[in-house]
Amino acid sequence: MSARTVLHHADISRALTRIAHEILESNRGAEDLVLLGIPTRGVTLARRLALVISEIAQTPVPSGALDVTLFRDDLSKHPTRSPHPTEIPAGGIDGKTVVLVDDVLFSGRSIRAALDALQSIGRPSIVRLAILIDRGHRELPIRPDFIGKNIPSSRQERVNVRLIENDGAEEVTIEA
Amino acid sequence: MRHLLDTKNLDRATALRILDVAEDMADTQSREVKKLPTLRGKTVVNLFFEDSTRTRISFEAAAKRLSADVINFAAKGSSVSKGESLKDTAQTLEAIGADAVVVRHPSSGAPQTLATSGWISAGVVNAGDGTHEHPTQALLDAYTIRKRRFGADSRGRDLSGIRVVIVGDVLHSRVARSNVWLLSTLGAEVTLVSPPTLVPQNVSLWPAKVVYDLDQALADGPDAVMMLRIQLERMNAAYFPTEREYSRRWGLDALRVAGLPDGSIVMHPGPMNRGLEISSEAADSARSTVLEQVTNGVSIRMAVLYLLLAGERDNERGGDL
Amino acid sequence: MSETLVITGAQLLGAESADIIVENGVISEIGSGLTRAGARVIDAAGLVALPGLVDLHTHLREPGYEASETILTGTRAAAAGGFTAVFAMPNTSPVADTAGVVEQELALGEAAGYATVQPIGAVTVGQKGERLAELGAMATSRAQVRVFSDDGFCVFDPLIMRRALEYVKSFDGVIAQHAQDPRLTEGAQMNEGSVSAELGLAGWPAVAEESIIARDVLLAEHVGSRLHVCHLSTAGSVDIIRWAKKRGINVTAEVTPHHLLLTDELVRGYDARYKVNPPLRRQEDVLAVREGLADGTIDIVATDHAPHPSEHKACEWQAAANGMVGLESALRVVHQSMVQTGLIGWADVARVMSAAPARIGRLAGHGTPLEVGQPAQLALYDASIAGVFTESDLHGRSVNSPYLGRDLPGRVQFTVHGGVVTVADGAVVAELGA
Repeated sequence: MSARTVLHHADISRALTRIAHEILESNRGAEDLVLLGIPTRGVTLARRLALVISEIAQTPVPSGALDVTLFRDDLSKHPTRSPHPTEIPAGGIDGKTVVLVDDVLFSGRSIRAALDALQSIGRPSIVRLAILIDRGHRELPIRPDFIGKNIPSSRQERVNVRLIENDGAEEVTIEA
Repeated sequence: MRHLLDTKNLDRATALRILDVAEDMADTQSREVKKLPTLRGKTVVNLFFEDSTRTRISFEAAAKRLSADVINFAAKGSSVSKGESLKDTAQTLEAIGADAVVVRHPSSGAPQTLATSGWISAGVVNAGDGTHEHPTQALLDAYTIRKRRFGADSRGRDLSGIRVVIVGDVLHSRVARSNVWLLSTLGAEVTLVSPPTLVPQNVSLWPAKVVYDLDQALADGPDAVMMLRIQLERMNAAYFPTEREYSRRWGLDALRVAGLPDGSIVMHPGPMNRGLEISSEAADSARSTVLEQVTNGVSIRMAVLYLLLAGERDNERGGDL
Repeated sequence: MSETLVITGAQLLGAESADIIVENGVISEIGSGLTRAGARVIDAAGLVALPGLVDLHTHLREPGYEASETILTGTRAAAAGGFTAVFAMPNTSPVADTAGVVEQELALGEAAGYATVQPIGAVTVGQKGERLAELGAMATSRAQVRVFSDDGFCVFDPLIMRRALEYVKSFDGVIAQHAQDPRLTEGAQMNEGSVSAELGLAGWPAVAEESIIARDVLLAEHVGSRLHVCHLSTAGSVDIIRWAKKRGINVTAEVTPHHLLLTDELVRGYDARYKVNPPLRRQEDVLAVREGLADGTIDIVATDHAPHPSEHKACEWQAAANGMVGLESALRVVHQSMVQTGLIGWADVARVMSAAPARIGRLAGHGTPLEVGQPAQLALYDASIAGVFTESDLHGRSVNSPYLGRDLPGRVQFTVHGGVVTVADGAVVAELGA
């Protein structure tokens, strides 16, 4: 099982910085921005992005977590998953621009579930999607707004994202 | 988790998992839209051979919040119809296509018989069997104790060192049994208080202390006092002489409640005999968790149904638990 | 009907090998190298020869409960287990409390032919415990009843028990008591102990059996009567019988095979095959009754064969009926629990499963030794093999056996009832006299 590194430490932080700028540009500033990461690593990425955006815009931007387990449509195909906590920042999401953040975009089902989960919590005015890695093979009409890197892959390959806070290392690898 | 039949055989990891998933379920219940699509397409049957509106409603709410279809089957299990009731009923449910059967039955062991019989492939949840066990009650009780103690910081925590006193008819109480096993699995210290006629002969083998004097037990300053409902019919079988004497010696009256340390909670599985085992002062005080136990019951039952039904299931009939 | 048999190489009571000749229903010769022209030869090499077993406690269910068992099916099951005589308990419908019913049972047993059926009469009318049944009429009937029991129920009223003990003296009868204080066992489901405390099943305390036995042995002593105690199950009961016998009280006691082997731990799965009255007890009780049987405190093994249809067992515990079938497995269970453990030998097996039950029940022509001139009642048992007990080992109408799926030693290969082969090569003969 050979794994090759497609993103190194520096590549990841460069990608995040660029995404932060893109979000600010698209939103024309930091107003009403809320970043919600999808557990587990999406939460870490959302937190980092929020910090970078806050620094650039010189105003705090809230981040949180949105668990999608209970909204998935493929639960019965896998062993039972435990949900993770959902943490919505104090200001809520009504009327906000919510940016969903995840590490890898694949079939798009997690994001569809995330949209359903958002709907049960409130009514954002706009929802955007920021992804570190887009590996293709979409099964639903889901399109990211902000992408770190496109990595073409075959279905059988595995894309692994490791982040310091979660895994003690920082890299993105792909293995057969 | 294929079935949930008891807490005696519930290991610590699974018990904590249920409590933690219940936290997530509870969080969704404070959202604008409380309903989750998670168990859409699944059928949950409430098979109640004993009247119990409260528990049945709780399971029904839990199932519906997860978008499962609920069928309520109020079957009368009488000694006249004997065994035909359970087997024939079970096979009817299998024909309907039940994914989970929530069973309350007056015979101890009936859910286990159902689960191991090979008559059905559905998951079985014990909602109370005779005087044997009531696992979801114990789980919601543990959840309540944990939540009161640790608040938002509850996830992942057990009940190590927490002292719980359970008072009442232990001999006939499935709530007492389920709580003794689960609380001790989670590290709590349990003391049972009861008239000597209402504890089993071999209770000394249980992971709990037994004390006949309620005041002595309360003098130790427990963290939680759980009052069990006393059935007045027991008086006729000479378990205790009068209501009055029972209430005086084993009832949680205003004086006893006042003597509890700050932060101690008073629990009751319901329905309460106000003035008998629990005074109104105790039931209505800020210490009382009676109402939040009901709310927590829905979260716990949502967690149980989720863990039973959401993941991939081995649909073999009968077999191992 | 009765053939001439040449049984070769059988180990008499597990000891020396010998040939046995059966002619006209009687053991006519024992020796070696024996032959008879035109006789049926049975190769019994390696088989233990025992006198035909006698069961002092069987439920044949006929008249009234033929769905569970009939006298025909029950005696076939008996033959399969090596029995040549069974005492039929009276809890039939109608109850066997009159000469008419016991004579009917006797006739049905004779017609079937697989084993001698000796009816037991009820002690009280309808087994209700209120008035004595016509014990004398049953004694003088063609059934010649000598054993009386209200089994299933305790003769609880001490006055009735006293009168019954006194009354049967006139015809050398014996009262066989089902010792169970009804007040202490209301709604009881299993042995009262650590298992019942956990399982939430109402307990049947040992003291409910022991207190009745204690009372009855004292009554028997007082009126100078003999007493028999059915299905004794607890260590305390063994102690009481030991004390009574030392005192010279004329009491005998029986133990079931299942109480020699199984404990209340088996109830944990709520499998109603293990539901029986008196209930399965603790391991300490199992060891005590084994010791009691070995030292003679307990006189006999009796099966308490209790057939039930499957719907009375495939249900929740509380709704299930009490009882286990036991005729086909009895000898094998005694083999495992008493012989293989070194507690008794085959001669003792002959005593506790044949000679003593016949003597207590005053049944002539059974329980007789394997000697020339004695009636040809025999069982030939292969003690060298073992196997899993399955439904194919059951020959009655019901299959509620706690041993299904369990390894048991041994196998009855031949049973001879009054010179008639009822079991051959391990199979029950389909039609007798063919």
